[in-house]
Amino acid sequence: MSTPALEIKDLQAWYGESHVLHGVDLVVQPGEVVTLLGRNGAGRTTTLRAILGLTGVRKGSIKVNGKQIIGMATHRIAHHGIGYCPEERGIFASLSCEENLLLPPALTGAGKGMSMTDIYAMFPNLAERRHSQGTRLSGGEQQMLALARILRTGARLLLLDEISEGLAPVIVQALARMIRMLKNQGYTVVMVEQNFRFAAPLADRFYVMENGRVVEAFGSAELDGKMPVLNELLGV
Amino acid sequence: MDLFNLPNPPLSALLSQLLLGLVNGSFYAILSLGLAVIFGLLNVINFAHGAMFMVGAVLTWMGLAYFNAGYWAMLVLAPAIVGLFGMLTERLLLRWIYKLDHLYGLLLTLGFTLLVEGAFRSVYGVSGLTYDTPDALSGATDLGFMFLPNYRAWVVVVSLGICFVTWFLIERTRLGAYLRAGTENPRLVEAFGVNVPLMITLTYGFGVALAAFAGVLAAPVIQVSPLMGQNLIIVVFAIVVIGGMGSIMGAILTGLALGVIEGLTKVVYPEASSTVVFVVMVIVLLIRPAGLFGTQK
Repeated sequence: MSTPALEIKDLQAWYGESHVLHGVDLVVQPGEVVTLLGRNGAGRTTTLRAILGLTGVRKGSIKVNGKQIIGMATHRIAHHGIGYCPEERGIFASLSCEENLLLPPALTGAGKGMSMTDIYAMFPNLAERRHSQGTRLSGGEQQMLALARILRTGARLLLLDEISEGLAPVIVQALARMIRMLKNQGYTVVMVEQNFRFAAPLADRFYVMENGRVVEAFGSAELDGKMPVLNELLGV
Repeated sequence: MDLFNLPNPPLSALLSQLLLGLVNGSFYAILSLGLAVIFGLLNVINFAHGAMFMVGAVLTWMGLAYFNAGYWAMLVLAPAIVGLFGMLTERLLLRWIYKLDHLYGLLLTLGFTLLVEGAFRSVYGVSGLTYDTPDALSGATDLGFMFLPNYRAWVVVVSLGICFVTWFLIERTRLGAYLRAGTENPRLVEAFGVNVPLMITLTYGFGVALAAFAGVLAAPVIQVSPLMGQNLIIVVFAIVVIGGMGSIMGAILTGLALGVIEGLTKVVYPEASSTVVFVVMVIVLLIRPAGLFGTQK
């Protein structure tokens, strides 16, 4: 078995006084697409944020490609090859579309990312609107921008938080095609998704979270058999 | 001011006050620029800005008095020293209060200001030290309609230059994009792998170095005294409020404009010259609470 791209053991995290993650365990192999399912407030977004050191105090173990990162400063963690797409997309209003795209620095510990030419070929809308203010872009364009800018940095482990949220079906389909393409190119993807129908056909494996813990883990082959449990846990 | 005894026609009085206004406006512009940049990224209302301006001027005087280092050397050295000192205070003091309310930053930097000003006052008193205009810039140029003191022209030109360079750095470069993004959402910028804590330290250093630079420029035109920063900082705060926190260009333009308004008031109604900035502030706050260039949040 190769070294996991991401291995989390007994991860606990706090926001100030409140204890929000109570021992999360999950493993993601290189090249896998893994989806974290669960209700709002189950701790999925917090898990992604905790990987990057964006929560308060953390305990436990987080290994990226075998390297322990839990004690590191946030700005060092990304350099282990992590690209983060936050739930609120994080497009900067004071930056143009192109400045947003160029903002995340090339990661030192990672290989070469996509070139600007490749990115503009993949997202022609962003090329067209490169001089527009970042937040003047449509919701779909902003989501594309939030994804595109982490593909430029050389990150191979992508943490994507609710990328399909609030977007038109045609955009969601385009995003699904993109995730498949990234998977084919060997990217490792951890998605937090509310939209089960978007996530189900894309993911290799699923984790279901509740109350700051992982309560179910299964592969896509078992998905049909797990539907009753999922219905109960998620109300899908 | 004994304007009345001078044989000058009113036009030249007006022009010379306009120039004085521009000189003061240049100081306002540089100082409010630094304050706006620091507030944006650090979330700290830097009351110590006036003290750093004063330290820049006093260092200039000390350089000549003790080390025979002239104006040009101190124009580089004083901002460098104050910048390094600023970075040290950011690391040791300011770093601990970013998560707290603005008020704590204001109080901390106010206390710091009192310490610095008190220390200089106990050594140099309050009567003021004189600093001669550097030889290369002394004298005046006859423009036909008025005599233009060379040093004042230099202050305006070099200040505008510095302001433009700072604006360009922030609005048009990669480094500036980090700064703007960091002002909006520092945690996300850090999650992308940018060393935001270092960026904050450097920004504070740069901001106070700007203040010290203005202090060096001021040494030959304003009497160098441990209290010179106090007189200025309140006006500069008013200017920042008028301009609004949002825009670099706004800080620069508001600084210059209010310097000029102050200068012109001296011609029309001298008694009001020290309050006119605050009158403008009140009017602006009533009409546009976020300031002329600010954006409402």
